[in-house]
Amino acid sequence: MMRVNIESIGLVAPGLPGWEAAQEVLRGERALEAESAPVFRPTLLPPNERRRTTALIKLALQTAEDALARSRHPMAELASVFVSAEGDGEIVDRICTALTLPDRPVSPTHFHNSVHNAPAGYWAIASGSQRFSTSLAAGADSFAAGLLEAAAVAALEQVPVMLLAYDYALPPALAGRGYVDAVFGVAMILTADEAPGLTPLSLELATGSAVPPPLPPELAVLRAHNPAAAALPLLTALARRGSATLTLPCHDGQTLRLGIER
Amino acid sequence: MSFEPLLLSAYSTVSALGHGRASALAALRAGRSGLRPCDYDEAGLDTWIGRVDGVEDVALPAALAPFDCRNNRLAALGLESDGFAAAVAAARARYGAARIGVFIGTSTSGIEATEQAYRRRGGTEGPLPASFDYRHTHNTFSSADFTRRYLGLEGPALVISTACSSSAKVFATASRHIRAGWCDAAVVGGVDSLCLTTLYGFNSLELVSHQPCRPWDAARDGISIGEAAGFALLERPAGRDGVALLGYGESSDAYHMSTPHPEGEGALLAMRAALDCAGLEPGQVDYINLHGTATPSNDRAEDRAVTRLFGTAVPCSSTKGWTGHTLGAAGITEAVFGCLAVEQGLMPGSLNTGQIDPQLSAPLLRETVQRPVRVVMSNSFGFGGSNCALILGRQP
Repeated sequence: MMRVNIESIGLVAPGLPGWEAAQEVLRGERALEAESAPVFRPTLLPPNERRRTTALIKLALQTAEDALARSRHPMAELASVFVSAEGDGEIVDRICTALTLPDRPVSPTHFHNSVHNAPAGYWAIASGSQRFSTSLAAGADSFAAGLLEAAAVAALEQVPVMLLAYDYALPPALAGRGYVDAVFGVAMILTADEAPGLTPLSLELATGSAVPPPLPPELAVLRAHNPAAAALPLLTALARRGSATLTLPCHDGQTLRLGIER
Repeated sequence: MSFEPLLLSAYSTVSALGHGRASALAALRAGRSGLRPCDYDEAGLDTWIGRVDGVEDVALPAALAPFDCRNNRLAALGLESDGFAAAVAAARARYGAARIGVFIGTSTSGIEATEQAYRRRGGTEGPLPASFDYRHTHNTFSSADFTRRYLGLEGPALVISTACSSSAKVFATASRHIRAGWCDAAVVGGVDSLCLTTLYGFNSLELVSHQPCRPWDAARDGISIGEAAGFALLERPAGRDGVALLGYGESSDAYHMSTPHPEGEGALLAMRAALDCAGLEPGQVDYINLHGTATPSNDRAEDRAVTRLFGTAVPCSSTKGWTGHTLGAAGITEAVFGCLAVEQGLMPGSLNTGQIDPQLSAPLLRETVQRPVRVVMSNSFGFGGSNCALILGRQP
């Protein structure tokens, strides 16, 4: 069993524009207005850098900003774990289209944005953090995989870490072929430090398959179309501010057991 | 708490030097480069590449047919080399399938499959071919998903994709998972295969050489792109001898997306963190396998970082002139070279380097030499400023 503390949360999704506003929806006190697409205006990057970024990078940075608003840690002190099941479909589409044209005119900006760690690179530049950053993918179970790595970083490396899980709908040519058809971003700042106001989280990886925890239909739809939204049962439990235990499936044969003790 | 070394109880390599460690070793001893003029597909670029022979002929097991693409065929070659799959099967019997994790590094995964689907589309509109299986070929998780199914493993599995540091960073993440108790042993590895995206992408950044790449050379002018696969089985030594992971260090540049910090700040932080993790002083390192891509700015920044930390006392070389820059597979490929250096008492020379740049001062080996090696540092630095240094050696 591993224990870490959740310091702050960020959330950006259709009808869930920020953690403060989202909690009422997650508690069932207000209906989800899923048609209202989130608007991305991350202020972390200077305008000249922001112009070179994509919707996925803006989603990641805006989600980070939401968590930073309630964090005691200066952003330059945070290590990070970036989790995206798909990476940047828009960039893949542009590069693969360019490769069908005469002389194959791949844009240098698209190419450097094509790396899976592009959002992490922009984050490092914006935050000034030279702490290490890992960018990973684990298919449908990407959120659980990222949470395991981030908790291990916080507990074993003894550094505060920002877990950022985000995915953006694939472009029309690739739609329906991957894991993502909706927009969702979640951030959690985890630390091994003890301090008032932090939420203790326990993690245990066990053998045996798990059924994903139930969600209201409108949230279950989001989860079915974006691996980052596997965080929704945990986020719902956190919004209710009580103790809770829940299980997340992890690659067919394993179960991630999470516990919140208040 | 100091880092508990993890034994590399089995490991494999496939690169332009051939299939398996014996081929790599023979080439290193004979001074034979794996680079050749670009004959990949119809790339039509005036450059040299490190291409693996025989990838096109690989047939995947029928149950894994949906994963069929160049990247996973190359992974299969790596899994079958050097008795690696058999060693993992024995470990699986010992630990149980759920107690072995899989951590694979790649930068472009199976993007060649998507490139080909777009080319078969006919124009820039309309649907992609129905037979194109994006999820099992190109999706970033593909190579770890393929590897765990190929080896029959059920532990934690993920792909790390941080450009050219990917398959060095898998050692750090796997170590954390073992320490955390999420698994008892780990298959770590890297696989990256030739594709038009990297050839034309690096070309668009004017980072591709027209000649075989020349690390640290006064006239170096860019990389030669290569492909490779490699794997290692990491487990607690339990009294066994062999080459072990002694430490790792990771950092971010926080400077620029595709250019390193000119004084090598991020590289220096990663190397220092690796020494701290291993509990070693700079003077205890016998050989440094440089990232050494042969672009003017990368080699300059790495030279600054290395000489700031080590002075000019530790012999260094880049092996990119042998294999090309294998991108997401560079970390594992060069970690395997580090293991060979320790096991064989050999320091690979920096092939193709002619006149060493007088502005660089790290002591570069131009010829392969036989010399006892106990501790190796292997550097990997990637786009987005993602840095990782590994320390490998005999357990103290």
